[in-house]
Amino acid sequence: MISTWIWNALPGPALVRLLILLVAIAGVVLVLFEYVFPWVSEYLALQETTVEET
Amino acid sequence: MTAPASTTAPPDERPPAHARPGRRISVVGILGELLILAGVLLGLFVVWQLFYTDVQGERAQREVVEGLDWVEPQVVEGIAAGESDGPQTIPDDLKHTDLDPPALDYPEFTETFATMMVPRWGEDYVRPVSEGVTRADVLDPLGIGHYPDTALPGQIGNFAISGHRTTYGKPFNAVADLEVGDSLILQTEDAWFVYHVESWDIVRPRDVYVIAPDPTDPGAAPTERLITLTTCHPMFSAAERWVVHGTLDYWAPTGHGVPEELLEVPS
Repeated sequence: MISTWIWNALPGPALVRLLILLVAIAGVVLVLFEYVFPWVSEYLALQETTVEET
Repeated sequence: MTAPASTTAPPDERPPAHARPGRRISVVGILGELLILAGVLLGLFVVWQLFYTDVQGERAQREVVEGLDWVEPQVVEGIAAGESDGPQTIPDDLKHTDLDPPALDYPEFTETFATMMVPRWGEDYVRPVSEGVTRADVLDPLGIGHYPDTALPGQIGNFAISGHRTTYGKPFNAVADLEVGDSLILQTEDAWFVYHVESWDIVRPRDVYVIAPDPTDPGAAPTERLITLTTCHPMFSAAERWVVHGTLDYWAPTGHGVPEELLEVPS
């Protein structure tokens, strides 16, 4: 299992592992929010507000 | 799935090969974990699109307005109607209806050249208007965008602008609340422009006639000073466009107070 593998690969006691995981998740969410999602949304065309000839 | 070893079976009857079933790699289990991950990512995308872009957009647009040195601070703060020490209003003899407004250099792409105020959308509603209508450069980061090569504020023709109705600070969120006669107020460095709403319509995304110089007769030479707002419709969809048309009441030079329409609270 991926989750158990990640948990076992982390060093230290359970509390340290939990803290490392939370920091890593926060980092991943930041990258998603600031870079990945803005890039993805440009190709989704869900938010078009303009009239234009296509 | 590899269920845990049955606890009801006596230990001596358990086959040795199944002694530690949890350690075996299960394709279905990993697939399940990947699906959960995909679900979390989709959920995060929705949170980002519906909430985070609003937080970012509203903050960015406010900073743009505050960075314009010709916008009066009391306009940014929001003018409460009926205040006894309210700001001076523009005298009637400075209101022009037929003269052309002071010439404005055609703005560069992404340049913020005006602010927009709509009393119907709240006394503190003031948003920047920037040149261009591409999402990545203007509509997402800067809010309201001006269709290139349409008229500038106060000019004869159609001053056509577009903005998000949902997400990215949603400048045109309450477009459906506008009623005929509601004021649409714009300010540039040199002048105030007061338009009023004449009509609204729901059109298809390819109906570019709505931003023509004269939407009622595309191709004809314009004679009126119009404003057109376009945004998406229905909310959270791109299937159609909500369009609002208005005409200019008057323009007036800046530095002589604010339009009295800015102080009126629409009923």
